[in-house]
Amino acid sequence: MTETSEHIDTAPVPARRGIMRRVQDSWRQIITIIPFFYLLVFFLAPFFIVAKISLAELAIASPPFTSLIEWTDSGVMTIRLVFDNFIYIWEDSLYLDTYLNSLKISITSTVICLVFGYPIAYGIVRSGPVAKPILLFCIILPFWTSFLLRVYSWMGILADQGTINNLLIALGVIDEPIRMLYTEFAVYIGIVYTYMPFMILPLYANMEKLDGSLNEAAADLGSRPANTFFKVTLPLTIPGVVAGCLLVFIPATGEYVIPDLLGGGNVQMIGRVLFNEFSRNSDWPVAAAVAIVLLVLLVVPMMVFQNFQGKASEDQ
Amino acid sequence: MTVSEPVSATRWLDQEDQKPLVQIKGVTKKYGDVTAVDNVDLDIYPGELFCLLGGSGCGKSTLLRMLAGFEELNSGTITIDGVDMSNVPAYERPTNMMFQSYALFPHMTVEKNVAFGLEQDNVPKRDLADRVHEILKLVELEDFKKRKPKQLSGGQRQRVALARALVKRPKLLLLDEPLAALDKKLRKQTQFELANIQEKVGVTFVVVTHDQEEAMTLASRMAVMDSGRFQQIGTPTEIYEFPETRFVADFIGTANIVEGRVIEEGADHLSVETEIGDVFIDHGHSVSAGSRVWIALRPEKIRLEKTDSPANSPNEVAGVIDDIGYLGETSLYKVRLENDQIIDVTAPNQSRPMNRSHRITWDDKVKISWDASSNMLLTS
Amino acid sequence: MYAKRSRFLTVMLTLGMAFFYIPMILLVVYSFNHSKLVPVWGGWSLRWYGELFQSEEVWSAVALSLQIAFVNATFATLLGTLAALAMVRFGRFRGRTLFGGMLVAPLVMPEVITGLSLLVFFISLNQFIGWPAERGFTTITLAHITFSLAYVAVTVQARLTGMGQTLEEAAADLGAKPLKVLTAITIPQLTPALISGWLLAFTLSLDDLVIASFVTGPGANTLPILIFSRIRLGLRPDINALATIMILVIAICVAIAAILMFRQHRADLRDQQMAGTKES
Repeated sequence: MTETSEHIDTAPVPARRGIMRRVQDSWRQIITIIPFFYLLVFFLAPFFIVAKISLAELAIASPPFTSLIEWTDSGVMTIRLVFDNFIYIWEDSLYLDTYLNSLKISITSTVICLVFGYPIAYGIVRSGPVAKPILLFCIILPFWTSFLLRVYSWMGILADQGTINNLLIALGVIDEPIRMLYTEFAVYIGIVYTYMPFMILPLYANMEKLDGSLNEAAADLGSRPANTFFKVTLPLTIPGVVAGCLLVFIPATGEYVIPDLLGGGNVQMIGRVLFNEFSRNSDWPVAAAVAIVLLVLLVVPMMVFQNFQGKASEDQ
Repeated sequence: MTVSEPVSATRWLDQEDQKPLVQIKGVTKKYGDVTAVDNVDLDIYPGELFCLLGGSGCGKSTLLRMLAGFEELNSGTITIDGVDMSNVPAYERPTNMMFQSYALFPHMTVEKNVAFGLEQDNVPKRDLADRVHEILKLVELEDFKKRKPKQLSGGQRQRVALARALVKRPKLLLLDEPLAALDKKLRKQTQFELANIQEKVGVTFVVVTHDQEEAMTLASRMAVMDSGRFQQIGTPTEIYEFPETRFVADFIGTANIVEGRVIEEGADHLSVETEIGDVFIDHGHSVSAGSRVWIALRPEKIRLEKTDSPANSPNEVAGVIDDIGYLGETSLYKVRLENDQIIDVTAPNQSRPMNRSHRITWDDKVKISWDASSNMLLTS
Repeated sequence: MYAKRSRFLTVMLTLGMAFFYIPMILLVVYSFNHSKLVPVWGGWSLRWYGELFQSEEVWSAVALSLQIAFVNATFATLLGTLAALAMVRFGRFRGRTLFGGMLVAPLVMPEVITGLSLLVFFISLNQFIGWPAERGFTTITLAHITFSLAYVAVTVQARLTGMGQTLEEAAADLGAKPLKVLTAITIPQLTPALISGWLLAFTLSLDDLVIASFVTGPGANTLPILIFSRIRLGLRPDINALATIMILVIAICVAIAAILMFRQHRADLRDQQMAGTKES
């Protein structure tokens, strides 16, 4: 940043403009262009390449590289190939079922996170000045600990020889271990466990901003606590609910690690299929098409989220 | 009360047989070690516009919130219309509150905000619509009923808050700094509107404010609060003209306060020897000769005369003009006395200062004097 | 105060906290289990710590991960701060909507998609310009910066909007030139956000498995990749030991941060008191 200092040190300072706007235009452009360029190259450009590959044809028995080159050489052919990979995904019930199963799991998990996360967030907001920061801290702490290890911790709890089964057998509740690890149930636990903080934090931020006197005003006008909650608190926390749900739903839909570790081969989710497709089969065009379809599925919720983010920062 | 002649007896005080609407008895509220409200007693009568006046942290808002039911009492009782409020939650009390922040529900229209309280009482639909319409008409907001609070000006929001609190026809309306969020001009105008509305609907108002001018304009009776206790309760005139303590004399308006000692005490007069000279008071007071007292003098009740002659009678002191503040309708003169004490004197600017020679100006030798009845004797 | 927690909320909070922390506590407890079967108690032992420390593989994975995390955090903080300045302080400019979109998208983009697209990107880049010759440290770091910078930008943006422009304008009014304003006012004011942004980027990088798995090459195993390859096949007591060490390291960092914050808080209180006594 310092090397360009000479440019602006000599810059005249026109009045009436925001302070940073007074910085000479070239200086501003440099600041903007560096991160902008980085994202264009390493974030946006890769998506176009994936989109292109999804429209290409698999070069039989050739390494993935060739299929890419073959495609770049024959631009005209792409139009003919457009549908092939997508039609294949549509017709193959494996992919379709996997998409639907992913959506089912992510939507259900989102609802579970909301149902439990909402009262937890509300409980933190309603806590005293000493307990509040501590509780909040306890919610944030998992962010700083390894995601992988947090998922792993459930393997030990849910395994056939795991904590729960050992405990139940020792207590004489059951004779044979209940199968929990490598089932859909385990995947639900894993997703809810991992993504719960993503639900709680936006909810908390939203609730904390609420004017406490609104609740008092409602009570003053004769509203009982339950009625106040449904008529005042809940409607005003909808932005937090939407943000929290999206922050759980979007990444959960494409989740790879949790279905792989806790679901074993028994729970099909699209993220896992995609990962395996890519690393084992090397059928890149189909894998790219799978990714594009997933992206299309998620693009609307992602745009909604972005809209929310934009509004939130403007409100500040 | 130590007032020798009642200056303006209010109609509530006249009716001795009238039962108080609100009875506050021995109420105390503590937050940890801090006592916010300290063993307070107060009766408020039906139809009053009662002001609680005090600086920040004096306990006035806490008292109001205890009336509304948002704070629990540590000890004492609050009775409203003969019913002990101890176990009555906020949502069942016959009180409504207008919040300092207005606390309008941001997701509801003006109409919905106002209707909220009636809906809680299951008021029949048609009746509800009528009452909402009626109250919005009273506050002149019919045209805005479909708007959300965000789309209103500060003054309009204030009136929605008032309408919302009034529409339930509470026995007692509590107003927490109702005008604090408005700018000065609007505030003055709204003060009178608020008093008019109160007169129209006849609901008893309790207003919390830190603005003494606001309290004086609005109140039929007021209480000056400090450190969780009432310093004095009375009509605005009583409080202004007959303060009982130095705190009240100084808090309400401005007062020159001088310390002194009673040298002669009679049934209808008092003589006090003060640091600025002798003071003669033409009314009796229950203090004994020799006791320490303070005399408070309002700046507007002191006469100012440009003269070289020395002061030679009680209620008269010579001095020099130290500073002048021109305030438009009046001027404030800072008069330095011989003992270096500064006395504030205000005088109306009755003529335009065309002739400079007549004007009192810096370093002029002056004499200040005041009526024997203007002395306000304070014992604490 | 009116705000009181009902019994229901207290129960939910307690359950929530138990749900969050019991698995982690078990994870730590089992690391001291002598038995090879993780959840079957076989007595206290430090056996797995010993095995862990002797593993060359683990150490090189830790070293690689730390290097990547450090470089990533530094660059991501730099780029993310520039991006936040551009978004908050430069008003409208061409491409701002696209820019803003690209700054938020990485926060929610499924990792498999980001990872896959970066892999094909690196491969086609190699085809065209012969770089990167092999995948590993460089490609993982570049990939991590992409999403880390978005997190930093969000953190810094919030701080920039929160602190407003008054101080900067005051400095300019007193004659500070734009660069002076940036270095003497804006950056010092931003410091807390920069620190938390850097730490966030560091942690995100240390934590990432999916994207790193996509863009890594043969031989370049980050710590998550190593852990994943081991636990994929079942429970491993040495991973419990590793987890315990990682939790311990984080706990120490958090304790230091908490002490620093507490000291700051106490100093603030003292300042306030001093200001108060002078006033009255």
